[in-house]
Amino acid sequence: MKPTRFDYVQAETVAEVHSVLAAEGPNARVLAGGQSLVPMLSMRLAKPRTVIDIMRIPGFANISEERKAIRVGAAVCQEELLEWADRSKSQPLLEMILPWVGHAQTRSRGTVCGSAAHADPSAEIPLALFALKGEIELSSHRKKRRAKAEEFFTGLMSTACADDELIEAVLFPVKREGEGFAFREFGRRKGDFAIVACAAVASGKTVRLAIGGVADKPMAREFSLFDSSALDDALDTFAWDLEARDDLHATASYRRALVRRLGRETIEEARQWRA
Amino acid sequence: MARLDAAIRHRIRARVNGREIEAMAEPRMLLSDFLRHTIGLTGTHVGCEQGVCGACTVEINGRLARACLTLAPQIDGCEIRTIEGLAPASDRLSVLQEAFRRHHALQCGFCTAGILISLDHYLRRKPDPTEAEIREFLGGHLCRCTGYVPIVAAAVDAANRLREVQPRA
Repeated sequence: MKPTRFDYVQAETVAEVHSVLAAEGPNARVLAGGQSLVPMLSMRLAKPRTVIDIMRIPGFANISEERKAIRVGAAVCQEELLEWADRSKSQPLLEMILPWVGHAQTRSRGTVCGSAAHADPSAEIPLALFALKGEIELSSHRKKRRAKAEEFFTGLMSTACADDELIEAVLFPVKREGEGFAFREFGRRKGDFAIVACAAVASGKTVRLAIGGVADKPMAREFSLFDSSALDDALDTFAWDLEARDDLHATASYRRALVRRLGRETIEEARQWRA
Repeated sequence: MARLDAAIRHRIRARVNGREIEAMAEPRMLLSDFLRHTIGLTGTHVGCEQGVCGACTVEINGRLARACLTLAPQIDGCEIRTIEGLAPASDRLSVLQEAFRRHHALQCGFCTAGILISLDHYLRRKPDPTEAEIREFLGGHLCRCTGYVPIVAAAVDAANRLREVQPRA
């Protein structure tokens, strides 16, 4: 199918985006790389009256390291962040997860912030924001604010971004001394959405494990018991707490099994990475 | 701020395969349709029209893109490369295209345009890929009839020949 008709706004400043969003709210959609929005337009799952292209706003394509965080602007594509992460070595989890986001041919266009905005429960970028306790920088004509990842993602493809708000950037904390990282994912096909994805951050005596693809948004939990059977029990509890459902791709019990197995491997790997 | 009205067509200017083009498109027009129907470059194929199959892959400003996931107004002022820009002359194939012919790496040819533009981009950036890397990269394209074995063989062969033509410094 083809998209329904919409006005197309080529924004040159943030203020222009704010004014269109303030005036048109839910009838306007922000377009960045288009890898999620354009299929939704073509399938007519989204029928906005106005599409606001933000890719040419000066400064939006910047990646910068500021106050212990990597700030990724709204026009930065996944491939650019991967190239940057490979060079800077300041957040190993980004180097681990980004090759799993879609395919090379979509990472070159899909943006990091767009993936956060879309909030697919099995997507890797929201998972990394959860695992690392990242933040999302939002702005509107009213104010500018930063939301913690755990508050930002509210459910299945839904976020705390208000109708008049724009995601200007996301922030990933840089690695700290003594931290360890690991990422594992299982899917039917490489590049497809994960059935279960796990990201772990080890620090001090605890490991934070975030799981994507099971609940309707990523979920994270801290583990401090590393006695083998106690950890298995704790992971089993976590797996059940995610309230997995049967669907076309996998049964709930298969998903729980993956959480236990991949979760355990990811935790072990993050702890060893650190040592 | 430019606002393009939904109901009318607007002038889009771009450089396609080194040639300046200027054509009209509604804001909702997909780049795949713009290339094929408006400027007549039908080499870019449309498979799934939702970004999964890779048949419509083109280069926009030196980066790969699905033409079906791009709106025509997004490419205003951009540099586009399509399959039509691959052969060095109308009677001569590129090294990569020749390798596809030698290895029978296409049968129906529907997915071929996207795969060729993708591999051409990839081999210019990474002249010495392993077979596993090529397979991973080709994961972004679906082929339903030829099979991936001859496609991978052609890509490996093309990489080897391209390295002979332009040895690395």
